[in-house]
Amino acid sequence: MNSGREVSDGRLTVEGFSVAARAFADKWKIHNQSFPPWSWVPLINRTLHLSNQEEGYLSLEEILILSSLEESPEDESLNVATDCLEKEESVDHTILVQNQENEAHYYDFHIVYSSSYKVPVLYFRGYCSGGQPLSLDVIKKDLPSCSVSLLHESKWTFITQEEHPYLNRPWFKLHPCGTEDWIKLLSQSSISTGCQMPVDLYLVSWFSVVGQVVGLRIPLEMLN
Amino acid sequence: MANEAVKYVWEGAIPLQIHLHKSDVASHPSPPPALVLAPRIGYLPLLIPHIKPYFKDSLPPGEDSIWFDYKGVPLKWYIPTGVLFDLLCAEPERPWNLTVHFRGYPSNILIPCEGEDSVKWNFVNSLKEAQYIINGNCKNVMNMSQSDQEDLWTSVMNGDLDAYTKLSPKLKMATIEDEFSRKASLSSPQSRQGATEMDVAGQIKTARVPVRLYVRSINQDFENIEDVPGIDTWDDISYLNRPVEFLREEGKCFTLRNAIESLLPEFIGDRAQTSGEERSRDDDNTEEADGLLREMGEIKLARIQGIEMKLEIPFSWVVNNLMNPEFYLHISVLVKAPQR
Repeated sequence: MNSGREVSDGRLTVEGFSVAARAFADKWKIHNQSFPPWSWVPLINRTLHLSNQEEGYLSLEEILILSSLEESPEDESLNVATDCLEKEESVDHTILVQNQENEAHYYDFHIVYSSSYKVPVLYFRGYCSGGQPLSLDVIKKDLPSCSVSLLHESKWTFITQEEHPYLNRPWFKLHPCGTEDWIKLLSQSSISTGCQMPVDLYLVSWFSVVGQVVGLRIPLEMLN
Repeated sequence: MANEAVKYVWEGAIPLQIHLHKSDVASHPSPPPALVLAPRIGYLPLLIPHIKPYFKDSLPPGEDSIWFDYKGVPLKWYIPTGVLFDLLCAEPERPWNLTVHFRGYPSNILIPCEGEDSVKWNFVNSLKEAQYIINGNCKNVMNMSQSDQEDLWTSVMNGDLDAYTKLSPKLKMATIEDEFSRKASLSSPQSRQGATEMDVAGQIKTARVPVRLYVRSINQDFENIEDVPGIDTWDDISYLNRPVEFLREEGKCFTLRNAIESLLPEFIGDRAQTSGEERSRDDDNTEEADGLLREMGEIKLARIQGIEMKLEIPFSWVVNNLMNPEFYLHISVLVKAPQR
């Protein structure tokens, strides 16, 4: 890695992750308004009284999925319910349950930096309105069918249940093997000047692949 | 060749007195506690075959889901037993009194454990991560044959250092040159051009060291270590799983203190600051400088493998002698928080 503005080996520094995260959150807010925005959670560590604005993770929480009883093969995104009348900017994007027949499942997603592997990792969890955690089998039923087959067929995506690095709770972790290798591939195909990828686009590119596994797609405009 | 310090580490053990939780007692009278010697480098679920026979006649009918607690805090089974002890017992308790549960697994707090397989998976995963940090890739672990991986795990489970020493060279982990000894202790040639030849198991100046830091913070000084209150939840502990960047500077020794401070730069060391204050670069006013110093955090105690470490020890020695079999160095630290 040379200037820090570009990534050439598929890996990110911790500073690069901060930059990439904010760029990702900004683009998401502009282009992906059917979802609430991602927020940056700084690593304010209670026991150490750290106030470290440089390090943190991205958080997207309380995404409501209505377990749909119908198969909808065309719609490959999550069946997200949104309140279209909500026009004000507010932190709490209240999402209404439209259909009482179906059990409401909520999902939290965190994009966390791994200092060991120098790549981002996706953590997620699902829970009912009462807070009870959902098992992976139940979660898979909420995912669009193409995501589930990606999970089963691909040799490189693994979902394991591990402790969240900062929250002392079990979460599911999606860790694609060889992230740096396929990021390098993505860089090669998109930019003519060798394997350089601007840091700003790192998470967008990363999420364009990883997000699909958990049924979160991003609009193509975000990749510009 | 395993050296003496490594032998001590592998032989380290903690006497446990394990009590069956009263809600699991279906017999009268309740069974006496089980006494078990737990290897420091081992893991609590591996003790279950030794513990269960003591209690099986007392258990209510049904399936077991086994977990341990210390003073009400559920114990994370994937942390080596020795580390749990060093971290949770400010004043070492001998025997260490733990409670075992066979029902009511707290799955909202602890990740599930399916016996030895889960512990082995966790070990191999940590080994891969450590190798990635040290070598820049984990291909040696990935390329290890299934039976070699099995044997390596078995050697750790059984505390068999001889078997482990025969197998671990297959991992081809780069090593750190001990800073205090002038001559290289390995006979293989040193790589002089920097750490590019990662497949050669020689003395290479590796730049990143796998460390797991467990930090307990207190607000005041205590006369005696036994006066430090116990933790109520794991939220009282800060856990940092991040590599130490090992700095090699001419004429300077990179100490354990340097290593710990590099992981907590906002807290102690040069970059310490309290919230709401600007970092002052040019501090001519000595009074103000003293004030800042008083407000900095302080490392009160650092324990590794049960040893209370002198912080000025060369970090290279600590790593080479006190790391766990998965190549991670686990450090339990008690710090005094910066005063505001």
